[in-house]
Amino acid sequence: MAEVTLRKINKKFDANHVVKDVDLEIRDKEFMVFVGPSGCGKTTTLRMIAGLEAITSGEIRIGSTVVNEVPPMDRDIAMVFQNYALYPHMSVASNLAFGLKMRKFEKSEIAQRINRAAAILGIENLLERKPRQLSGGQRQRVALGRAIVRDPAVFLFDEPLSNLDAKLRVQMRVELKKLHERLAVTSVYVTHDQVEAMTLGDRVVVMKDGLVQQVGEPLELYNQPANRFVAGFIGSPAMNFADVTLNDAGGRAVAEAPGLKIVLPGELAARARAKMNGADTKATLGIRPEDIHIASAADSSDHCLEAEVEVVEQLGSEILLDTRVGQALVVASIDPNVRVRTHDKLKLALNPERLHLFDPQTEMAI
Amino acid sequence: MIEGALWRKWVFYNIPLILFVFVLLFPFYWMIITTFRPDGELYRPWNAANYMPFWTNNPTIEHIQYLFEETNFGRWMMNTMFIATVSTLISLFCGVLAGYALARLNFPYAGSLGTVIFITYLVPQTLLFIPLAQIIRNFELGDTPWSLILTYPTFLIPFCTWLMMGYFKAIPKELEECARIDGASRWKAMVYIIIPVAVPGILSSGIIAFTLSWNEFIYALVFLSSPDQKTVPVGVTSELIRGDVFFWGPLMAGALLGSIPVAIVYSFFVEHYVSGLTGSVKG
Amino acid sequence: MAVTAVSGMGTRSTPRLRRLEDERWLAMALLFPTALLLGLFIAYPFIEGVLLALTNQRVGIPGKWVGLDNFIKVWNDSIFRTSVWNTFWYTGVTTVFKLALGLWLAMLLNRHFKGKAIVRAFILLPFIIPTVLSTFAWKWMFDPTFSVINWSLFHLGIITQRINWLGDPDLAMASIITVNIWRGVPFFAISLLAGLQTISPELNEAAAIDGGGPANATHLFATYAYQIGIGTGLLSEGAAISLAMFPFLFLIVVVQLLYIRRVETR
Repeated sequence: MAEVTLRKINKKFDANHVVKDVDLEIRDKEFMVFVGPSGCGKTTTLRMIAGLEAITSGEIRIGSTVVNEVPPMDRDIAMVFQNYALYPHMSVASNLAFGLKMRKFEKSEIAQRINRAAAILGIENLLERKPRQLSGGQRQRVALGRAIVRDPAVFLFDEPLSNLDAKLRVQMRVELKKLHERLAVTSVYVTHDQVEAMTLGDRVVVMKDGLVQQVGEPLELYNQPANRFVAGFIGSPAMNFADVTLNDAGGRAVAEAPGLKIVLPGELAARARAKMNGADTKATLGIRPEDIHIASAADSSDHCLEAEVEVVEQLGSEILLDTRVGQALVVASIDPNVRVRTHDKLKLALNPERLHLFDPQTEMAI
Repeated sequence: MIEGALWRKWVFYNIPLILFVFVLLFPFYWMIITTFRPDGELYRPWNAANYMPFWTNNPTIEHIQYLFEETNFGRWMMNTMFIATVSTLISLFCGVLAGYALARLNFPYAGSLGTVIFITYLVPQTLLFIPLAQIIRNFELGDTPWSLILTYPTFLIPFCTWLMMGYFKAIPKELEECARIDGASRWKAMVYIIIPVAVPGILSSGIIAFTLSWNEFIYALVFLSSPDQKTVPVGVTSELIRGDVFFWGPLMAGALLGSIPVAIVYSFFVEHYVSGLTGSVKG
Repeated sequence: MAVTAVSGMGTRSTPRLRRLEDERWLAMALLFPTALLLGLFIAYPFIEGVLLALTNQRVGIPGKWVGLDNFIKVWNDSIFRTSVWNTFWYTGVTTVFKLALGLWLAMLLNRHFKGKAIVRAFILLPFIIPTVLSTFAWKWMFDPTFSVINWSLFHLGIITQRINWLGDPDLAMASIITVNIWRGVPFFAISLLAGLQTISPELNEAAAIDGGGPANATHLFATYAYQIGIGTGLLSEGAAISLAMFPFLFLIVVVQLLYIRRVETR
């Protein structure tokens, strides 16, 4: 069993507290993605799991073993680095064999593992080449191969796709997913790209400033973000936010701002009322661009906005409208065939079931 | 590139370059010419009518013969070769290990230790040679090659360490981390991964160390006395100048032949030398 | 919270201690040969030398402690002061010229032309050849009776009398400085060339697009100088070190170290 358990993990570099009280349980065979902006502590956490950084306080277990003091080579892990870290003076085959040689495996065993890994990754014809003769994608595969031959309990990935060009990245993403399905090894993956997180992760950990913001399945993070940061980080284009005042006039919970008046639907209204506690309260309203469309006759005015178009971005699959609603900027994703021009004034309709509210101070979801 | 700028290319680039090359290499031409010129031609006053400095019609090898027959030149060459090679090897060994330790390992006082080693490079030989002479005498190493083989590392090691430190620092940390995760201990990672990757840097250090060793004069002069123990620089100076008289022919022959081994060593590794200075590893 | 024993992965008595000690122990082992050699043949003699300077020991006669007497005597000696001044002057002038000419040569070499590799290789000869030997070649070239330089200048019509390169005091200094510069320029040139080549081509292209002109030229030169500093570090200073006096040297080096550290952390 290869679960990875992190209990109250903290890391300080002198006075700099970069990882704060991280608690996490990664299940056996799970593909867990750590995502967040630069400096959020995700790479440091990964390196602590690897044993490349010492833990200031807390406990890490791999399986049932506490590995705080165990050196990297004894943790039964394999790591794929952002820069591949291939040994430049050795052939691909030697690169793959190195770890096994260090552990004194039999020659026949080494050959067998190399061939198996090479077959899985399609690099059989590259075995005698040196790293400098390989393309970026090929080097990436060799780096993966090096991890696979070790047959470890846990795979660790440190932003492995960041150095690839966009097209290759998409391709490798798919391959990684297939690989994980085939090999079924517990994997911890760090990236700053939320698309990678959403597509690859069985579960995703969002981090910011050293703290875990939310842990959950991708869809859960998308539909029920725990706070404003997660809401704005996951999903592209990002969620729209507006500063509103909640009031309870005439039995309906309403969110108001200059140029904006939205009636909150049932469940959300109940939570809003609990928050208001009788008085008008400030809050942040959130709605994703894909949950906004151009109003038709069927849309009730309870959920409409008056918007003026500022920029039209035609993507082919959709149009992104950058509009101004009162003082707020709202991005809407609409049908690509609609004819819109800058300075047009439109009515936009929101899907009321997809509204989010956040506390303006704590930024937690209401 | 506009064609009309051709005259510019010549004035600003090619001509200065040619001048530089001429000035830098002329003394060698002079050495070569003098070596093969008979004495009669050599000792003509500069304003004599038949003075033809740049060429000779009667090349001779009498100076070279003189060098090998009347002096211990052959022996000097062997001595210098032996001393330079062994001290280079010793210094490379110490320098590579020390450079790695200072560049990669974390231990208290790492920074200050590096500074101290560099500072020892600055201590002038003119300051040290008197007390060193005493130490050499105490160890009874006077007038043997070992007096130099053990003292040359004093200026070779700091230099090699400094150069290797820079080179090791340029090697990405991930390479070593990967090796450690793969199962190599610090020591094995150093031997199997880091040092092979640093070979160009090691070669550069080696070449420079060999050159510095070969050229060294002060210690060789002070610690060696018998004619058959001397190194080329010292031997040529002491045996080919009697009082006020310079035996220019054999002197230049000695200078020429004494420079050849270093030039050869250097020529084999020119590429590595320049890339060793920039010292970067990619991929 | 009970700490589970590390099972199946080998037993370690005090794991944390072992990891730290591993590095420290390894570092000590690696530095030992260096420390031994340098300690024995530099540190010890250096201290001896300093102590010697504080006694009045003569050959064969053991000395007594005299404190700073020797230093005072030497400082008051006018010949000593002259030589100190000469040394400063000599080092300063040669270093400036070596740097300037070296930079110029490096910029000339930093282009593509036929035979580039050969030229770069041969350029270093003055530096590689044993100093003593190349000095003799120059001495021969400067010899008052047989100088080839005098011959050339005479036949070019520039002089009518011979020039006593090494006899006349001012000329002698100039001659020595020339030889030193001759020897040092290639080394500086190659070091600076290495620095120049690490300048990214984008910088050159941006400068080209921005256009020539004195203002841009100086801007580019400053950038070159910055990059060269990083590229060569203290290597160039190390070469100039052979003659200057230790304490002043130390000061210069410390200032440089601080400067470079500041530049590196920028």
